[in-house]
Amino acid sequence: MWSFFHKLGSPRWFYDIGGKWLPWFALAAGILLVTGAVWGLLYAPADYLQGNSYRIIFVHVPAAFLAQSIFMMMAVSGAVGLIWKMKLADMFLKAVAPVGASFTFLALFTGAVWGKPTWGTWWVWDARLTSMLILLFLYFGVMALQAAIEDANVAAKACAVLALVGLVNIPIIKYSVDWWNTLHQPASLKLTEKPTMHPDMLIPLLIMIVGFYCFFAAISIMRTRNEILEREKRTAWVKALVQTGGRNA
Amino acid sequence: MNPKRKQRLIIVLFIVFGCATAIGLVLVALNENINLFYSPTQIAAGEAPVDARIRAGGMVVEGSVKRNSKTLQVDFQITDFAEKVTMSYVGILPDLFAEGQGIVALGRLNADGVFVADEVLAKHDENYMPPEVAEALEKSGKTKDSMSPAPAY
Repeated sequence: MWSFFHKLGSPRWFYDIGGKWLPWFALAAGILLVTGAVWGLLYAPADYLQGNSYRIIFVHVPAAFLAQSIFMMMAVSGAVGLIWKMKLADMFLKAVAPVGASFTFLALFTGAVWGKPTWGTWWVWDARLTSMLILLFLYFGVMALQAAIEDANVAAKACAVLALVGLVNIPIIKYSVDWWNTLHQPASLKLTEKPTMHPDMLIPLLIMIVGFYCFFAAISIMRTRNEILEREKRTAWVKALVQTGGRNA
Repeated sequence: MNPKRKQRLIIVLFIVFGCATAIGLVLVALNENINLFYSPTQIAAGEAPVDARIRAGGMVVEGSVKRNSKTLQVDFQITDFAEKVTMSYVGILPDLFAEGQGIVALGRLNADGVFVADEVLAKHDENYMPPEVAEALEKSGKTKDSMSPAPAY
């Protein structure tokens, strides 16, 4: 297990293996997202209360899941970077921050679009919406720190600490709807209980969630590989790679 | 694990748990202020300030909605199944507003204990199902809430 862990720490190894995985994740994401979207938008039944407007759930929920998962991954890689001084963890953290911010924005935006016809308002300062907005600002904070600090190692350290501090927000987002009175309804999908969604709607939603995760895997591999080339540009293997025209010799 | 890494691990754990404790204490202290709305029980107990802009939330009582035939005035009651609050609102209600549905209203509590709302938002629960299933559930005498453990208002 430790040898795998140390291998994972090698940017060169990740560059190679990531390049092999990338097309498969991209392919899976393409198939799942198209299947899930067509199924969810055209074939899933309308809701008894909300009619067709609930269908935005097929984008809203996967985006919100990813927004929180990506932050957790950033905190874990921040910890790995701080403790084991693993460069790859720093690069991953830097590469996925804008992706996480995009998904958070997407979740907030689709939530607002959904809120207008159902609740009657775009925005309300309840605990769930506010904590999600704070998550967006945490992502912006990580991106700003990364951009403001010249030295890559110092920047990585600062971002890792911010990611670890911001981790506190994740359980707050998750349990906000249970701890306080909110306008946002409690979760429909729970690990421990039966989902409160009819299977005809649940299956396309699960497909979309897996599709979003595959999409994220593909995007994060691409961005991390770019980051590796940027940071390792002075090493012999990157120079050799450039000379052979980018093909793995 | 070598001692240096162990030391750094301890620092990382300290950051995470230290922040979690600090934020946790703040949230516990602010608990009441984070709630979006007052429940009818809280209003009946006099916890909600009179004549200040507050939000009140609950389920619209079945059969309590009275519409004025000439204006947009609507009077109704909300409940949390313990207490009831009478509300009065002038304006267009959201599509999901119905008897038995959850709502959150923004307005003032007047001296007579009537909540004068100037904004009504609809709340929906976490149950999603096709109309036929909802109908079948209703026919069999079960409410949709039997799918979820807690009343969803």
